[in-house]
Amino acid sequence: MKEIIRLEHIGRDFHVGDEVVHALRDVSFSISEGEFVTIMGTSGSGKSTLLNTLGCLDTPTRGEYYLDGTPVRTMGKNARATLRNRKIGFVFQSYNLLPKTTAIENVELPLIYNPAVSAPARKQKAIESLKAVGLGDRLNHKSNQMSGGQMQRVAIARALVNDPAVILADEATGNLDTRTSYDILILFQRLHAQGRTIIFVTHNSDISLFSSRNILLKDGRIVADTTNENIRSATDALAKLPVEND
Amino acid sequence: MNITNLFKIALKALANNKMRGFLTMLGIIIGVASVITMLAIGQGSKKSIQSQISEMGSNMIMIQPGADMRGGVRQSASAMETLKLIDYRNIVDETRFQAAVSPTVNSSGQVIYGANNKPGTIYGVNQDYLEIRRYSVNDGSMFTEQDIASAAKVCVVGKTVVDELFTNGENPVGKVIRFNKIPFTIIGVLTGKGYNSMGMDQDDVILAPFTTIQKRVLAITHLQGINASAIKEEYTQQAIDEITEILRRNHKLKAEDDDDFTIRSMEELSSMMTSTMNLLTILLASVAGISLLVGGIGIMNIMYVSVTERTREIGLRMSIGARGIDILSQFLIESILISVTGGLIGVVFGVIMALLIKFGANFPIYIQSWSIILSFGVCTLTGIFFGWYPAKKAAQLDPIEAIRFE
Repeated sequence: MKEIIRLEHIGRDFHVGDEVVHALRDVSFSISEGEFVTIMGTSGSGKSTLLNTLGCLDTPTRGEYYLDGTPVRTMGKNARATLRNRKIGFVFQSYNLLPKTTAIENVELPLIYNPAVSAPARKQKAIESLKAVGLGDRLNHKSNQMSGGQMQRVAIARALVNDPAVILADEATGNLDTRTSYDILILFQRLHAQGRTIIFVTHNSDISLFSSRNILLKDGRIVADTTNENIRSATDALAKLPVEND
Repeated sequence: MNITNLFKIALKALANNKMRGFLTMLGIIIGVASVITMLAIGQGSKKSIQSQISEMGSNMIMIQPGADMRGGVRQSASAMETLKLIDYRNIVDETRFQAAVSPTVNSSGQVIYGANNKPGTIYGVNQDYLEIRRYSVNDGSMFTEQDIASAAKVCVVGKTVVDELFTNGENPVGKVIRFNKIPFTIIGVLTGKGYNSMGMDQDDVILAPFTTIQKRVLAITHLQGINASAIKEEYTQQAIDEITEILRRNHKLKAEDDDDFTIRSMEELSSMMTSTMNLLTILLASVAGISLLVGGIGIMNIMYVSVTERTREIGLRMSIGARGIDILSQFLIESILISVTGGLIGVVFGVIMALLIKFGANFPIYIQSWSIILSFGVCTLTGIFFGWYPAKKAAQLDPIEAIRFE
C-alpha cells in the first residue's frame, strides 16, 4: 500500500509566557492509502495540534512530516497553502460554509485557488462531488436553506472536490444529532470503501468502532495504535436506532 | 487565483451587504462630487475674471500722478498735479513699447437731455482711448484730432447713457446733452460692453476731447492720468520701465527720489486676481478633499468590520489553499471596488451639480478634465491606501485561529 502520511519523531512546543508547553512529544506513525483512521484523545491530549500538523496548517518544532512523499516542515507558508489545496480535504465540526452562497459555489471554493482548473471544469467537478455525497438535488440551495446534515455533506463534497490524498475530519459529527451523525458516518464509510484515505479526529470513542484503525493520544504521546478487525457498519447502527415518533 | 474570480468574490461580498456598501460609497461619492464641483466653481470664477480683464484690455497701463507715499508721508493734493501734457507728448514721441497713449481727465456731474437726467462721469481722452479700453463706436463716429485741437464740445456716449437719457428710442447722434450746464453734441455711440469683473458698468461713460474737459469743465492745465496700452501683454513691463524713465527725466527726479507718479498695469491686476482665485480654488478643493479623506476613513472602518466579521471565512479560505496574497487581493479589490464605483458615481454627480449651479444659479463654471482625473485618481488611491491595512491584517491571520474564531 502506498504511504500517504509519515510522521517521524514529531514534537511541537508552544511558548506560553515563560513556560514551554509540549503539545506533541515524539509522535511517529504512518498512514497508508485507503485507511480510515480515528485519532482520539481528551482535550489537552494534543490531538488538535496533531490535526493542524497533519493539515499543514502548523509546522512541527522537531521531527519530519511527509505528506504524500513531500517533506512539510521546512516549507514556506505559500507552499503549504498550495499543498493543502492539492492534497488535503478539510471537514470541520461547524461546517464553515460561506453564508448566502449556493452549494455549488461552496464546493467550488478550493478549485478557485487552483489556476489549472478552468471555470467550467470547476463547476462540473463541484456537481459531481455534490452528487457523490447525495446532494444532486440541492445544487443551488444556499447554505442557510439547509439542515446541519446537509451542510456537513456540502462540506464533505468540498473536501472531495480537489481529489485529495487525505480527508481530514475535525469532529465532523460533533454538531449533529445521533441519527444525522450516523448518516455522515455512512458517507465516510462509503468513501472509505471507495479507497479514500480518511483521518477523523474526535474525542468521541464511539466513532472508533466505525473506522479501520484507532490512534489514541494522551499528553502529546501515542498511547495506543490499534487496527480495528471488526468494523461496525454505520448503516446497521442507524437501522438499530429506536424510531422516534415525535 | 485570477482577477475575474477576485472581482466576483468582491462583488458578492458587496452584494451581501448592499446598504453597508452603499453608505461607505456615499462618503466617496460626496467627496469626489464636491471636489469636482468646487474645482469647477474655482476654475470658472478664475476664467470669467480673466476674460473680463482681457476685455478691459489686459495690456492696459494706467499712470496716475503722485506716489501714494513719499518717505512714509502721505502726499497732499498739490502733489497730485505732477502729470503734465508734456509728459504725454514725450511718451507718445519716444515710445517703443506703447501701441496707444491717451491723457485722461474726468469730471462727474449731472447729465441732462430734455426732461431726463442722470448722474454720470465725463472722460476727457483722445482717440487712442478706444483702443486702450477696447471700445468701439457703433453708431456715428469718434471725435477727431481737429476736435481735440479746438476743444470742441462733442462727445461719444455709452449704451447705458443712451438708454437712460433717450427713453423714447430716438437716435442720439446729433442730439445735444448738457453736462454741468455745458452743452455737448453727441457724435457717436459706443458698442455695449456690459459689466466688468468689479461690477462697474462699462457702458455708463461719456467720452469727450480731453482739451474740452480741461478748459471748459475743470479749468485745469495738468492731467489727472495717462492711459496707455503696451504693444503686447508680454511687453507690459518694458512699457512701464520706459514710461518711468521718461517721467522721471521730465520731472527732474534725482536717483534717490521716489517716483512722483504711480503706474499700474492690468497685468498686475490680472495676476493678482488670478492668484486670489487660485487661492480660493485651493481652499475650496481642500475642504472638498477633506470630505474625500473622511470617505476614505469610512472605507477603512468598514473594511475592518468586514475582515473581523469574515475571520472564519478567511480561515476557511486559507485552510483550503488560499495564500496570503489571495486574501490580501480579495479585500483590497473589495475596497478598490467601493472607491472606484463611488468615484465614478461621484464624477457623474459632481458634473451634474456643477451644471446645475451653472444653469440654475448662473454662476461661472468651468469643468477641467484634469479635475475629474485628479479626483478620480485620488479616490482610487484612497481605496488602495485605506483598504491596504485591513487587507494586510486579513492576510496575516493565522488560519488555525481564524477558522475557530467565534
